[in-house]
Amino acid sequence: MSAIAASDLAELKVRYPERFRPDWRRRALVVGTLAAASALYVGAFVSFDFPWGRLGPGFWQLLWFVEEMFPPDAGGHLGTYLNALGETLAIALLGTLLGALFALPAGIFAARNVTPSAWLRTPVKRLFDTVRGVDTLIWALIWINVVGLGPFAGVLAIATSDFGALGKLFAEIIESADPREPEGVRASGGRRLVEVRFGLLPQVLPVIAGQILYFIESNTRSATIIGVVGAGGIGLHLSEQIRVLEWRQVSFLILLILISVAAIDFVSSRLRAAMAGRRPASA
Amino acid sequence: MGLRSTVGWTFPHCLLPTAYCRLPVPMPSAVVRLPDRQLEALKCAYRRAAWAKRAQLVALVAFVLGLIALSAVQAEVDPKTFLAKIGGFFSYFDRLATLDSGQRVWTDPVEWFWSFKRNVRLIGETILMAYVGTLTGGVVGFILNFLASPNLTANAAVVFCARRGLELCRTVPSIVFALMFVVAFGLGPLPGVLAIAIHTAGALGKQFFETTENIDSKPIEGMRSVGASWAQTVRFAAVPQVLASFASFALLRFEVNVREATVLGFVGAGGIGQDLMEAIRKFYYSDVSAILVLIVAVVVTIDISTQRLRHYLMGERRGS
Repeated sequence: MSAIAASDLAELKVRYPERFRPDWRRRALVVGTLAAASALYVGAFVSFDFPWGRLGPGFWQLLWFVEEMFPPDAGGHLGTYLNALGETLAIALLGTLLGALFALPAGIFAARNVTPSAWLRTPVKRLFDTVRGVDTLIWALIWINVVGLGPFAGVLAIATSDFGALGKLFAEIIESADPREPEGVRASGGRRLVEVRFGLLPQVLPVIAGQILYFIESNTRSATIIGVVGAGGIGLHLSEQIRVLEWRQVSFLILLILISVAAIDFVSSRLRAAMAGRRPASA
Repeated sequence: MGLRSTVGWTFPHCLLPTAYCRLPVPMPSAVVRLPDRQLEALKCAYRRAAWAKRAQLVALVAFVLGLIALSAVQAEVDPKTFLAKIGGFFSYFDRLATLDSGQRVWTDPVEWFWSFKRNVRLIGETILMAYVGTLTGGVVGFILNFLASPNLTANAAVVFCARRGLELCRTVPSIVFALMFVVAFGLGPLPGVLAIAIHTAGALGKQFFETTENIDSKPIEGMRSVGASWAQTVRFAAVPQVLASFASFALLRFEVNVREATVLGFVGAGGIGQDLMEAIRKFYYSDVSAILVLIVAVVVTIDISTQRLRHYLMGERRGS
C-alpha cells in the first residue's frame, strides 16, 4: 500500500463523501450536552451565592496552615493518638465483619437465582437501597442516640451501612454465578438448601471474601472520620485539633492515617490477590 | 465404607467430594485398580493434604477470632449494653414515625413535612454541591490522568508526581478537607464544594489512569509516527478510547458524592447536613424522618438514573 498523500484528499472526498460529511445530529447532541452541563454549573455557583471576596484571603490562610503544619508533631499525645488509631482499625474490622454477617444471608435471599419470587426478593433489595442511601455518619449519629457516645456506636454505624452495601453486592455476585453447578446438584436430587450450599456457595465464596477484605480496607478510611461526630476513633482528635488550630498535630494525625491506610491497602491487596490466585498487580 | 462399583471393588470414600457421596455415581466399567501399596500411598497423601487444609482453615479461623476479640476490647464493645439498648434502636424508628401530637407521621403529611420548602431547597443545594464538585474534580482528574499514564507521558518524574498528587487527594477523607476549609473560608457550600472537588480529582484520577494505561497502543503509535504533539496524541488517540468509561466512572462518583454531600453539613460545609444533625441531636424525631425520607428518595433516584445512563454508555462502547 502506498501512502496517501495530501493531494489525494480531493479524490478521496469525491470517492467517500459520507466519510467527510459532518454528523450534525451527533454534534448537536455533544454541544447541547456540554452547554446544558456548563449552564447548570454556572447556575449552581449563582445559587450558592459564594462569598467571592473570601476566596483570596481563604487561600492565603490555607497556605499559612500548610506552612504551620511542618514539622508534624504529636505534641506529647503520641500514646493517645496511637490508641485512637487502634480504635479506628478495630471499628473498621468489627463493623465490616458484623455487617457482612447479616448481609450474607440477606444477600443470598435477595438473589434472583435463589429466590425466584419477585414479591419476596424486591423488598429486601429496596431495604438494601434505603440503608445504603443513608451515609455512615448519619447512622453514627443515630446509633449515638441509642448506645451513647464512643467507638461502639461507630462499629454499629459501619455495620449498618455495610449491611446495605454488602447485601446488594452479595446478591449481585450470586446472581452472576454459573447456573450449571446448582443445576447439577438439583439434577442429582439435592434439596434447595443443599443446592445453595454445594452449588452456589463454593463458587461465590472467594469473590465474597475478597469483597469483605476490600470493604475492611475502605472502611478504615470511613472509620477515621466517624469520630468527627463522636463515634470513636482518631477522627475525634483530628477534628478537635483542626478546631483549635494545632496544625502540627493535625499534620501528624493525617500522616498517621495515611501511613496506616497505605499499610492496610498493601496487606489487603496482597491477600486479595492471593485469594484470587494470581500475582498482585504492580502499583 | 465406600461405594460399590460395577467391577466389584471399593472406591475409597475420601477420594470423592463429599457432595457426591450420597449420590449414585456412575462408574466407568473398566477402572484400572492400582496395587494396594500404591493405592495406600495415594490415600495417605490425600489424607495428609486434607488434614493440612483443615489445619490451615482452623488456624485462619483462630487468627480472625483473635483479631475480633482484640478489636472488641479496643472498640469497647459491650454486648450487655448492646442487648440492653438494642430495643432503643427499634423504638427510635418507632419515634421517627411519630409526630409530636402522638399520631403516626403519614396521617398528617402537612405537619410531617412542615419545613418541606426549606428542606427541598437544602437538598437541591446538596445535589448542586455534588454536581459542581464532581465536575470540577473530574476535569482536574481528567487532565492529570494523562500525565499519570506512562504510555502517554514518557517523563517518569511527571508520572510519579501526578500519581502521588492524586493519591494525596484521594486518601485524605473529604470531610477532613471540609473541616480545614471551613476554618479558612467560613461556613457555607464553598468549603464543601472544594472538599468534594479535591477528593473526586484523586478518586476519579486513579480510575481514569488505570483505564488509560490499558488502552490499545496502536492509535498512540500512529499519532506519534505522523508527528503529533502530546495534546494531539491525547485528543485523537486516547480520548476516543476512554471517554465512555470515563463518563461511567464520573456518573458513579456523582452518586457517591451526593451521599457524601449530605453529611458535609455536619461540619458546617453546606447542604442539608446541618439541619439533619440539629434535628438528630435535639431529638426532633419527625423532622429527622422527614429529612431522611427526602435524602433516601433523592439518592435512590439518582442511583437508578445514573445506573441506566451507565449501562447505556457501556453498551454503546461495546457496540462500536
